[in-house]
Amino acid sequence: MIIKILGSGCKKCVTLADNAKAAAEAAGKTAEIVKITDFAEIAGYGVMSTPALVVDEKLLSSGKVLSAVEIGRLL
Amino acid sequence: MSIFGWMNDQLLRMQWLSDLVTSGVQALGINPATRLGGSVQFFVYDVIKIFILLSVLIFAISYVQSYFPPERTRRFLGGRSGIGANILGALLGTITPFCSCSSIPLFIGFTAAGLPLGVTFAFLISSPLVDMASVILLASIFSWPIALAYVGVGLLVAVIGGTLIGKLGMEDQVESFVRTVPVSDTEEALTRADRLAFARDQLLDIVKKVWPYVLIGVGIGAAIHNWVPAETISALLGQDKWWAVPVATLMGIPMYADIFGTLPIAEALVGKGVGLGTVLAFMMAVTALSLPSLIMLKRVVKMPLLVVFTGVVTIGILTIGFTFNAITHLFI
Repeated sequence: MIIKILGSGCKKCVTLADNAKAAAEAAGKTAEIVKITDFAEIAGYGVMSTPALVVDEKLLSSGKVLSAVEIGRLL
Repeated sequence: MSIFGWMNDQLLRMQWLSDLVTSGVQALGINPATRLGGSVQFFVYDVIKIFILLSVLIFAISYVQSYFPPERTRRFLGGRSGIGANILGALLGTITPFCSCSSIPLFIGFTAAGLPLGVTFAFLISSPLVDMASVILLASIFSWPIALAYVGVGLLVAVIGGTLIGKLGMEDQVESFVRTVPVSDTEEALTRADRLAFARDQLLDIVKKVWPYVLIGVGIGAAIHNWVPAETISALLGQDKWWAVPVATLMGIPMYADIFGTLPIAEALVGKGVGLGTVLAFMMAVTALSLPSLIMLKRVVKMPLLVVFTGVVTIGILTIGFTFNAITHLFI
């Protein structure tokens, strides 16, 4: 599973990446975390507020720092 | 005293808190009438006041903002153009939740959906400049007429700036990739619990982000308030100096702070006799024209458009500064 964190690299994005990693581990899945900081690519997902969470090319959330538990529910 | 006056003094200006802090400082054996005592009183009172206001305001405002996600704003603005659309863009800029790190995706999202540049820039200018929290804080520190005048001129700068940029026909000055991104229009349905959670997260997030700026701002404010002689300040920024407004604006641009950090400095400067226009120009330069956000904007627009944007906003701020200085006597 590939988890992409979309955002310019601000603190919220780092937190979201950490939470996503924890969620994947809790679910027992091997996940590759990719940070997307390029604005063209971010916008390519139709995202207008960062940070956003994309799992296997599917946009799961935007503009929110989800907790590990919340991400676990979405996975 | 009228009920409105009482509410303003006690709820917004928190006169009770000032009195309480004065008593507390006295109980510690410090005389608030002395320089040091005065600084301590100002610092403690201002920090507590700003954090109370900040918490209540951010929570309430974030709740309202959860009804206006950028996707909805974009849909609402879609297909409109002209001055009416620019005014609408500027107004929506004040209520759409906004974080400076989201301004670029937002710019791309608006432009890709075909919104005119004028509308997008009206939104982008008003959004950091006039937010609801800053208005209520201005009312708390100064007065309602000043706060409302600030909103009025802030919106005016946004609308005129947006209209000018729209009229210049600089559509080709946007980096080409911006127009090729797909536009998706998803919007989640939120429950009341979701909105409350959003408001709580915004509150924690903003307080975590701005508390150092508030402390530094209040510290500088307290220092100006009690230690810097009024003559020094008025020699640099006095009302009779023509350069006061441009100097204040230039000082504000490289600073990257929040409105909550700049307000205590503004309060102290006004107390030292600096013109209201000069202080407003300083605050607007800090919030609307910061170097980090300009550098980010450079990644999606070409240089000429960036220069026009900076120029238009700077001229707007200078005009507001000079105008307010000329009519300060109406407010204070």
